[in-house]
Order: sequence, then C-alpha cells, then structure tokens
Amino acid sequence: MVSSRAIGYLLVLSLSCTMLAGCDMVLLRPSGYVAAQQGHLVVLSTLLMLLIVVPVIALTLVFAWHYRESNAAARYTPEWDHSIQLELLIWSAPLLIIIGLGALTWIGTHTLDPYRSLTRIDAKRPVPDDVEPLNIEVVALDWKWLFIYPDQNIAVMNELAAPVDAPIHFKITASSVMNSFFVPALAGQIYAMPGMATSLNAVINRPGEYEGFSANYSGAGFSAMRFKFLGMSPADFDGWVQKAKAGAELSRGSYMQLEQPSEREPVRRYGGVAPDLFDAIVNRCVDQGKMCLREMMAMDEHRPSGGRPARESIALNLGLDAAVCKADNSAAGDLLPSVYRD
Amino acid sequence: MSESTASVALGAVGGGQALRFYDSGGHHPENGTLLGFWLYLMSDCLVFTCLFAAYGVLGRNYAGGPSGADLFALPLVAVNTSLLLLSSITYGFAMIEMQRKRQGAMLIWLALTGLLGAGFIGIELHEFANLIHEGNGPQRSAFLSSFFTLVGTHGLHVTFGIVWLLTLMAQVARHGLIAANRRRLMCLSMFWHFLDVIWIGVFTFVYLMGALP
Amino acid sequence: MSEQPDLAKLVFGRLTWEAIPLHDPILLTTFVAVAIGGVAIVAAITYFRAWGPLWRDWITSIDHKKIGVMYVILGLVMLLRGFSDAVMMRAQQVVAFGDAMGYLPPHHYDQIFTAHGVIMIFFVAMPLVTGLMNFAVPLQIGARDVAFPFLNNFSFWMTACGAGLVMMSLFVGEFARTGWLAYPPLSGIISSPDVGVDYYIWSLQVAGVGTMLSGVNLIATIVKMRAPGMSMMKMPIFTWTALCTNVLIVAAFPVLTAVLALLSLDRYVGTNFFTNDLGGNPMMYVNLIWIWGHPEVYILILPAFGIFSEVVSTFSGKRLFGYASMVYATVVITILSYLVWLHHFFTMGSGASVNAFFGITTMIISIPTGAKMFNWLFTMYRGRIRFETPMLWTLSFMVTFVVGGMTGVLLAVPPADFVLHNSLFLVAHFHNVIIGGVLFGLMAGITYWFPKAFGYKLDPFWGKCSFWFWTIGFYFAFMPLYVLGLMGVTRRLSHFDDASLQIWFQFAAFGAFLILLGILSFIVQLVVSFRRRASLADTTGDPWNGRTLEWSTSSPPPVYNFAFTPIVHDSDAWYDMKKRGHVRPVAGFVPIHMPKNTAAGFVLAVLSTICAFGMIWHMWPVAAAGFVTLIVAAILHTFNYDREFYIPAEAVLRAEDARTRLLASHV
Repeated sequence: MVSSRAIGYLLVLSLSCTMLAGCDMVLLRPSGYVAAQQGHLVVLSTLLMLLIVVPVIALTLVFAWHYRESNAAARYTPEWDHSIQLELLIWSAPLLIIIGLGALTWIGTHTLDPYRSLTRIDAKRPVPDDVEPLNIEVVALDWKWLFIYPDQNIAVMNELAAPVDAPIHFKITASSVMNSFFVPALAGQIYAMPGMATSLNAVINRPGEYEGFSANYSGAGFSAMRFKFLGMSPADFDGWVQKAKAGAELSRGSYMQLEQPSEREPVRRYGGVAPDLFDAIVNRCVDQGKMCLREMMAMDEHRPSGGRPARESIALNLGLDAAVCKADNSAAGDLLPSVYRD
Repeated sequence: MSESTASVALGAVGGGQALRFYDSGGHHPENGTLLGFWLYLMSDCLVFTCLFAAYGVLGRNYAGGPSGADLFALPLVAVNTSLLLLSSITYGFAMIEMQRKRQGAMLIWLALTGLLGAGFIGIELHEFANLIHEGNGPQRSAFLSSFFTLVGTHGLHVTFGIVWLLTLMAQVARHGLIAANRRRLMCLSMFWHFLDVIWIGVFTFVYLMGALP
Repeated sequence: MSEQPDLAKLVFGRLTWEAIPLHDPILLTTFVAVAIGGVAIVAAITYFRAWGPLWRDWITSIDHKKIGVMYVILGLVMLLRGFSDAVMMRAQQVVAFGDAMGYLPPHHYDQIFTAHGVIMIFFVAMPLVTGLMNFAVPLQIGARDVAFPFLNNFSFWMTACGAGLVMMSLFVGEFARTGWLAYPPLSGIISSPDVGVDYYIWSLQVAGVGTMLSGVNLIATIVKMRAPGMSMMKMPIFTWTALCTNVLIVAAFPVLTAVLALLSLDRYVGTNFFTNDLGGNPMMYVNLIWIWGHPEVYILILPAFGIFSEVVSTFSGKRLFGYASMVYATVVITILSYLVWLHHFFTMGSGASVNAFFGITTMIISIPTGAKMFNWLFTMYRGRIRFETPMLWTLSFMVTFVVGGMTGVLLAVPPADFVLHNSLFLVAHFHNVIIGGVLFGLMAGITYWFPKAFGYKLDPFWGKCSFWFWTIGFYFAFMPLYVLGLMGVTRRLSHFDDASLQIWFQFAAFGAFLILLGILSFIVQLVVSFRRRASLADTTGDPWNGRTLEWSTSSPPPVYNFAFTPIVHDSDAWYDMKKRGHVRPVAGFVPIHMPKNTAAGFVLAVLSTICAFGMIWHMWPVAAAGFVTLIVAAILHTFNYDREFYIPAEAVLRAEDARTRLLASHV
C-alpha cells in the first residue's frame, strides 16, 4: 500500500530527521505494526497535500514580489476578476486531492479500526490461524495504570509487558474520569472511560522499553501518569509473569484502596486477581453493595409498562433488603448517596 | 435603485448626476424587530432541541428506578395540554381584537390566556412536587434528570411568557395599541405559539411514548 | 449564638477569607500590580475629569462604532492576560525536566492552561471579531447603526462582565482545572467540587448571552438595513462573511448554553446527565460541546477571511477575483461546519464507518477553503500590490494558514489522529490556524480600519516590527511543537521525564519571547501613533484608496454615519462611485432619526454578574436578589418608550461643512 515514491520520501525525511540532534520521532519510526501503518498514513497524507500546499506558498511569494507596485514591468488588469477555466481548476484540484485522501481515509480507518482483530503481525507475516491474542485488561485510575492479565491471573500497576510478535487485545476502562491509553510505539490511543470498555488490538515487533501514558488530561496527577511498556521475547515474558505471581492477591478490597487518588506510584505486582474483577470495575460494582451497571441496564430494558406503582418497583428490583427502606419508603433517598459517591 | 427626482439643491455638478448616488429622501430602513425575534426564537428552539436530544439519549436510563410508564399520570397531562392549547387559541383571539383595534376586548382575551397559562404551570408544579415527594426527583436517574429539565425548561419559558404578558397588558393599558406595543404583542404571540409547538413535542415524545407500550 | 454563623453562611455561601490567595506569591504580585494599575487609571480619569464623558459617550453609548471600539479594547486587554498565561506555561515547560519540578505546581499550572484557552477563545478572539464586525458592517452597508442598538450595548457589557468574572477568579477563589472545554466527569461535582468550574460555567453563560444577541442583531442588520440598490450579491465580501459568521453564532451558541446548563444542573442540583452512575453519559457532553465547538472556530475564522478579502483587493488595487465563488465557498463552509464535529474525538471509540464519514466531511471543507486561497492569489495576480501593514499580515497569513490547514486535514484522517490526538502536534495545528488565520486577520483588520475609527493611521514602522516579531515568533514557538507531537509528547503536561525534549521547548520559549516583542511593538505603535497623529492624520476618510462604502465617510465618521443614505449600483460601491464621478452632497440635509444612549445595558449586565457571582459562591440570597432585580430592571426598561431623537438638520450641516473644509484644506 505504500508506494516506492513515498518510501523514497520517507527515507529522505528520516535521514533529515536523524541529522537533527536528539530527533527521535517515535510516530514515524514506531516498533509496533499498527503504529507503523498509522505513521505511514501520516507521511503519505502529508505528501499528497504538499502537492497543493507547496505551489500555493510559492505562488504567494512569487505573485507578491512580481506584482509589487514598484515593478512597473508587471501587467496590471484592475478589472479582471473572473475566469471560468481558472475557477474550474481552483475547485477541482483540491477536489481531486481530497478524493484520493478520502479513499485512503475510508480504507485506512477500517483497516486500522482499534476494535478490529489483527490479521497481520507485520507487513510480511499474517497472524497464524491457531494464535489467540494475549488479553490485557487496562484500568485508568487516579493517577496510575492497572494492567490485569486474566489468562495469567496476574496484575501489575504502572508496568505493562507483552511478548514480541504476538497479537494483543486490550480492554480498557477507567475508574473515575476520562483518560486515554496511549503507547506511541505500539499503536494509536483510545479513550479509557468509566462505566464502559473500549478495545484496542496491537502487536509489538521489536523488544525494548517504550513510553506509555494517558493522553487525556485527568487532574492533578496527570503529568506523572506514565508507565513503561516492555516488549520482550516469549521466554522473558514468561519470566516477567512469574515475577508478578510472587505478589499478593489483588482483592476487591485492595482495588478499592487503589481507587483513592495517589501520584507517582512505584510498580506493584499482584500474584492473583479477584474473580471477575475487571468486569466489576467496568460495571462499577467492585463494592458489592452497589448494583452492577449491567443489571441496572437489563432492568431498564425490560421495564414493565404501566401498572406497577413506582415505590414497589424500586424496593423489589434493586434487590434491597427491606431493612434498608426507611419508614416513609424513600429507599431511593438512601440508595442515592451511596451510589452517587464513588 | 430608486433615483430620487427631488429638486433639492445638492451643489456642484447638476442635481441629477449627484442624486444617482445618494438617497436624499430621509431613508428609513425596515424595522427588524419581528425578524430579530424570530431569529432569537429559532435559537431557543435549538436549546430545546438539545434538551430533546439529551432526553433521547438518556430517556431510557432509569437506573433501576421508575420509568415514565410508572410515573406519568396521563389524564392530568391531558388536562394540562388542553389548558395550554386553549391558551394559544385565546391568544389568537386577542390578536384578532388587536387587528380590529379593540383594546378592551384584547385585554380580556390576554387575561384569559394568562390564566390558562397559570393553570398549566400550576398543574405542572403539582406534578413535580408529587414526584419529588415520592423520591423520584431529578437526581434519581438520568431519565428523571432529562425529564425534569426538558419539561421544567418549557415551564420556565411559559412562566416568563406570563410575566411578559402581564407587563404588556400594563403597557397597552398605559399607551394603547401604538406601533411599538403591536410589535411586542406580535412577538409574544410568536413566543406563545412556539411554546405550544414545543409542548406538543414534549407531550408526544416524553409522555405518550414514555407511558404507552 | 449559633444564629450569627448561620446568617453569615447564608449570605456568604462558601465564600470565606481563605478564597483570597494570600499565600501564593505570583498571584499576590499580580494583584498588587493590577491594583496599582487600576488606581492609576482611576486617578487619571479623575484628573482629566473624564468620568462624565466616559459614562455619557462610551459606557451608555449605543453607537455601533463606539461599541466596536470597546469590544476591541476588551479583546486587546484580555490578550495581555491570555498571553501572560502562555508565557507562564512556556516558562514552566522549559525547566520542568527530571528532578526539577518547575515553579508551578499542577494545581496552579492546570488552572493556567484552562484559563489560557478560555480567555483566548471567548474573551480575546470573540470580542475582537465581534468588535470589527460591529464597527465595519453598518458602515459597509450604508446604514446608520445596527438593527437593535440597545441590545448591542447590552451584548457588549455582558461579554465584558463575563471577562470580569474570569479575572475575578484570579483573586477570589480559583479557576477550573479541566482544560478549556471542561469535560465531565472531571468537571462534575465529585472530581471538581470547588468554585473553579462554576466560575467557568457562569462567565461563559453571561458572555454567551451577549454573543447570541449580537448574532441576532447583525443578521437582522444585514438582512434589513442595506442601502438601496445593495442586493445580497453586491454586498462587500466582509459583510458576507459577517452574515455567515452570525448565522453560525445563532445556530451554535444555544448548544453551548444548553450543555453548560446541563453541567451546572449536575453540579448544583445533583442531576445525572454526565455522571458515571445512575444513567449519566459523559460522552454526550463531548458530543454537544463539540457540536458547538466546531462552528465556533469557523465563527472565528470567517470574519478573518472577510478581512483578508477586503485587504487583498484594496492593496492590490484590483477587484476581488471570483466574488460569486467566494460567496458560495463561504456559505458552503458555513453549512459543512455542522457536519464535522466528531473529528475532535475520533479516539472516543466510534466505529470505523462513523469515524471515516466525519473524517471525509472534514476534508471536504478544505475544498472551499482552498478555493478562497486561490481566489486571493488571483486577486494579487496582475494587481499592483502595496506592502502596507495590513497586506503584510495577509501575505503571512496565506503562507502560514495553509500549513495549519494541511496539518488539520492530516488530523482528519482517523488513524493518523489516533497517534496525534491531544499531542503537541494538535496544539501546534490549532495555534497555527488561529494565530496564522484569526490573529493575523484581526491585526490586519485593526490596522486597516484604525484610521476610520480614530482619524489617523497607525505608525507603519512599529506595525512592521510587530508583524515580523509575530510571524517569526510564531514559527519558533510552534514548529517545535509539531516535532514534539511526532515524538509522542502529549499536551497539558506540567513536568517531563525525558530531558532530550528540552531543546525543543527552549525554541518554543524563544518564540514566545519574540511574540512578546510583537505585542510590545503593537503597544508602542499605539502610543507612537497617538503622539504622531497629526502627521499620520487621515483627512480624506479614504487613506487606502478603498473600495467599500465605509471609506466614503469622514474619519472618524459622524455619529449618523451618512448624511444621506448612499444608493448602490455595483459591488465595490465606493470604488464605483469614485470611478463614475460622484459628487459629495454639501446642502439640503434633513433631520436624522437616531437612537438615544442608555444606561440600561450596563445596569442589566452588572446585575447579571451579581447573580452569577452569587451562584458561583452558593450565596443564594445574593443570587436570588440579583436575579429578581435583573428581571425587574429589564421590565422597567421596557416601560421606557422614549428611546429615539432627531439630529437637527443644522447639526448635520455643521458636521458636513466641517468635513468640506477639511477636504478642501488638504487637497
């Protein structure tokens, strides 16, 4: 999909880049295939647009100079203000570029949809049929990152690792406010939002230590909300998992402590994860006294229509112990503060 | 485009030449009040559109609590609606009397409109008070938040309309049906009917579609 | 007695002495400086006995020319505040690496970047744009004022009071720490319980009312009050862009009003529009705020495009190339600007088809924009170009804006956006188009119309200094940010771990310094021009050999603008009149119907501000009293039917005679 001309320009660009001191533009030379494709799109789109932009800038400067007042040699046609041919050209040239760019956009957006499972490990190799992606569950907290590996039953805070050339499937959520999960060397970003799970599919092609952070401002500890993403050989990755297994269990109680705001937390490893913890986090019912969002939404979908009085509905459907209801049956009033305060 | 042929001495080169470029007749631009008010009304319509959109997105999020079917007392809402629709009719009659320059009759129709509007607001406040007392206030769920806000914003507009109506009645009583007052009455007319249209939307999308299976 | 503390709590809400940041040296110093400056200004006004004229001729004025000037002054004053915020951010980001934490803790830094964005968009760009449209449009269409002069005054004071509220947050309480669009849940009551977000909400709601009404005003003016013979397709191009801008205002600002109202309900009443629990949906806020937000940036750029069209045509001595095409392009941009909002959050997880659709619509907007660029180029082609300061700003715009537009179209490719969203690349892009487009346009427009407003030109030397400092400063300040974005650096950081980034921030800080010199040069220019106003005087009213009707009046114009309403035969009406040998009427004047000045706009705006302040600090009795008084005052104002008067024919004759003498003596 990348033409040789673009590769040529890419080489020139990279060359001129490496000449600039300390110029390490990870977006243009990332280590993950998804990010690499996105970087190519950046370059290709820029080149397409330069086809118009460079002539416009050149013409601006040329016309300004040639038609300056002091240049008596230049032709002056003060009443000339219309030309059908020129108008056609003016509208159609950008239109053609945009048609090309639009096609690139449509195709590229679908190919690089973060939700789409990977079909290729890199430009040369497809994903083998029998390979299952590595599942990683990501929680953006205030102001740290929690990574749960459900298949390995471990969790690590502020450090992420994956074996090289293995497709990864991230499921991402947040505990309180909107964040954005971003490892530039790996793939594009996607928002981490409370009460919802977004998905990202990616693969890391080279071992190394890469930067990861939140790309959406989320409060006082935002600047320090960074983590390292480690690309490793499969053997090293197994060792990394083993190291985590030595840690204590991540129970619901210890997770709820993590929800308290804190900054610059050191890496912490958990050797076991409470069952269905990520699901509970997404559904905002880690605290078992609260109703899970899933249940709430299921109830809402299957509302009985008409008939049942409101008060009865509240008490019954929330599965609350009758003792919680106050004398005047305002169960909602009691429920409200506990659900509302995180 | 109207080349004035007034024989006013405009100095220098012959009158016709100079007059081509200047309107010596004391040009008065058209009054823009009705257009301006219409533009404002359309912007207000956009505010309601946003509130309808919020209701559209959040209107089924009952948070495990009651739905519209559980809460809406349709007979009362029907009374409410009739009052408001009737008030639009009475305002229409007021405008007819205004055209006929019959100030007294117009004021009576306006008063009726105000009373019907007040009745509408009264019933709505009663409905809100009941809901809140039962614990189904706007804090209960996103559905109730968007319900209270949409219906409440409409009610606030009607209340402002009633205040405006009373003010205009006082102004007509004092100055009569002068051009400025007639313009203001026409603006209030647009406002009142606009609120009627919005209510038809509320009645349909919120009450009927919320309560019926 | 427990009665007293309760009463104090009732009246003062959550306002306590702790709200005044005595412990913060930066704020304390700022306050002292502002207080000294304020006292100096008050003393000067008193010394020159200018309180009367200030109240009579400016504060209560309904003259669109004066209101336009006041908007521009407001915008320029707030530019100093917004730019100070920028300098503070640059200073922090150039030192805060590794163990060095810089001088601004996140609590302070996060308010600064929020305030910088809010101020620059709402209280610098909007007032400047509104001010120039207010000043120029009635003159360009041959009208005496706008359609609703009182409303115009009220709109200005609401905007100024909104700005006042933001400035107040510096010294009483604090500002929001959410970014300029205050996304929930971060801006909700749980994550931001303090007054900051409330200051944000109420200052924008107050200013938003002003902007909305201004939009209605200018549309009605342009539709109803054009001079006879000026059909829509004979209007000056700046008036066309003003019309489209104001249509955008009327069609976009209600959405802002609604979404901020919903956020304030969440914060004040405990509703669940944007909460995480009980059914709220923060993504809806993001959608609504950007449905407003994208048209907003076109509200800023379209008037700038209009200014560039006027300037290129005037200073090339040539008709604007492709007038009809320019009009269609503007209208198309106006409509399309409503179909692109999702490109601000491609990364929020909409499906590929949705993302691709919005990406493609965004690219389509670049087609009419490109057409405009070419039309300006071909206006210059075979023209006779004079490099006056407005033209210099225009040339720099043409080069700079296309770069910004290019990066914008790049960001419109969703997969590209996935790696560039919220990075410094994005920050560079929007500064590129806003500075290169909006600010350069406003500087061109201010320089272009300054002689019309004040009767003398701005000093060209200092104007060129300002231009060069701004242009070169811009490139130094923001090109490094493109590089940093490609290096994976995200925005709104107050501290960095990677010291290799520092060199780029140093370039950027140098660029900010150059821009500071540009702003200082502009201030010097104002002072120098005032002192040299006799030698820079514009005696003919047409200092640039202009083409549109405003140049047919004296500089400054009389309060009634035109003794006789012009009759228009062609576009570029004044150029047409000059070409066909019009003769300025010198006798036969008639009394002119004009609106009276009024204090009502100022009073209502101040009452609104009192109510807003009460709401911010939970001072419920104050808010309620302010609101009730506001309504009563508004009703009382409507009982005033005596709002107009006639300028007698003799007064008109005197003013026109004075101009005749001026024109004769400087032939």
